[in-house]
Amino acid sequence: MKSLEIALKCHKIIGGYGEGEALVSHEPICFYLTDPKTGIVRERSHELAGKNLANKVLVFPSGKASSVVQIDGLFKLASNNIAPKAMIVKDVETVLIVSAFIAKVPLVDRLEMDPFEVIRTDDFVKVDAEKGIVKITKPVS
Amino acid sequence: MYLTKEEERILHGELGEGTQKALELLVAIGDAYDAEKMIPISRAHAASSGQEGDLHFVELLANGGAHCKVPTSTNPVYDLEYFGNLFEIPKDEGEVARRVMEAYKRVGAILSWSCTPYMAENIPLYGETVAFSESSATPYVNSVIGARTNREAAQSALASGVIGKTPKYGLHIKENRKGTRLVNVKVALKDEFDYTLLGYYLGKRIGYGIPVLVGISRRPNMEELINFCAMSNTSGAISMFYMPGFTVEASSIEEAFQGDITKDKITVTDEELKQTYEELQTTSGKIDFIMLGCPHYTLRQVEEVARLLNGKKIHDGVSFWVCTSATTKLLAERIGYVDIIEKAGGHVVVDTCIDEPCWIAYKDKVGMTDSPKCAYYRRFKEAIVSRLQDCTEAAVKGRWG
Repeated sequence: MKSLEIALKCHKIIGGYGEGEALVSHEPICFYLTDPKTGIVRERSHELAGKNLANKVLVFPSGKASSVVQIDGLFKLASNNIAPKAMIVKDVETVLIVSAFIAKVPLVDRLEMDPFEVIRTDDFVKVDAEKGIVKITKPVS
Repeated sequence: MYLTKEEERILHGELGEGTQKALELLVAIGDAYDAEKMIPISRAHAASSGQEGDLHFVELLANGGAHCKVPTSTNPVYDLEYFGNLFEIPKDEGEVARRVMEAYKRVGAILSWSCTPYMAENIPLYGETVAFSESSATPYVNSVIGARTNREAAQSALASGVIGKTPKYGLHIKENRKGTRLVNVKVALKDEFDYTLLGYYLGKRIGYGIPVLVGISRRPNMEELINFCAMSNTSGAISMFYMPGFTVEASSIEEAFQGDITKDKITVTDEELKQTYEELQTTSGKIDFIMLGCPHYTLRQVEEVARLLNGKKIHDGVSFWVCTSATTKLLAERIGYVDIIEKAGGHVVVDTCIDEPCWIAYKDKVGMTDSPKCAYYRRFKEAIVSRLQDCTEAAVKGRWG
């Protein structure tokens, strides 16, 4: 199958490199409301409910919920080696930055193009936060 | 972000791994917000929690030799010995709590274990630059005291305490402190609980931003303001608000909006408060426990509990808890309030919070509280929310409704 690779500049928040299949959420995410053993989203009304965010490159607008639960939530996923490989967000806030720092998950924002326009769930995404580059591989039909 | 020579040295690890990690976090936050530089802070409050993520970071700093450079107070965890004698605390949970408390001690924090440190243990002055996490503390410090803090996480506040600095962004910049919503309060607020309902409603309604509240006819007291802060920053993310005439930073509506008065206006009437109250009435009938002191009760609130329980007997089937700081309990003991509450069958407990694993015994129980924040973070089956005097009455009867 043919594929197309798009490279976009981005802004590093938490450094590092991570790659994997994209999982796109249009709603903010609270990591406390995922199963810490599997990475499955448990929040019933969430668009990702039942989906697994383990080892994905997560694309979402922002974090939500109190600092204590959010940080603990992502940290538990990281302790079980099932945290997202990287995170691409639109609006950062202090709690999400701290969560990514502690869990050591690369975090970037300010993509050259709107990530929700250009990235689809299951695209293969490489996030090089250090170099400030996101590479997206999409199937072409 | 511009970094000084000393900051560069810290980032390169020349002053140890603990301070290096602390500054790395602050630089990441500063970069994210395009902060131009770091600015000095005079104090910090770390909303420590006795959970794994918190433990990881404070041990990283403590093991790396970091030590708080400015006074840095701590949030509730729990007294293992005290609760270990009452309930079966899972061994691994207890171990996390023990290590968290030990690590905060090693890092040189003020071991206040209180969520209202601005009452006694760590009080900012007007205009001070600080880093205060914790839901009631952030808006109280910004709005009631007029010091400046962002809505910090426990770890960013601790990192700031260790470095003695914070990135200059957000509410540290005057232009970012202007009001964003005009709130017309068209209801006479009678007591602390009305402020609780107002805060809970407003946080849910507007989510975030800086509300400017007008129409409040009577000067709010300290407890009313604490409740408003805690609830609006639990149901929403309200880091700051204005009540011109009663809060310090702006004496008029124009000043609160920095001349740029928004047309975005909402009105709160008796109807909204009633509806908020109704939503909190999740069940009725037999109750197993009462949980007060979220946020930690002040001395005046402990006195009120003692007055309401004086000469009464709490129902055999009900456990009755008042959470407060060690400082407040010391005075409450000296004055005799604790004695009255204990004679009625209640407990006044320090250093802890409803969001700690020590309350595991109530996992499947139904309780009552005067705090929607307590109900929101509940570790129990159900928590009804009503006024303090309803809670003490229900405690004596063993049931509500």
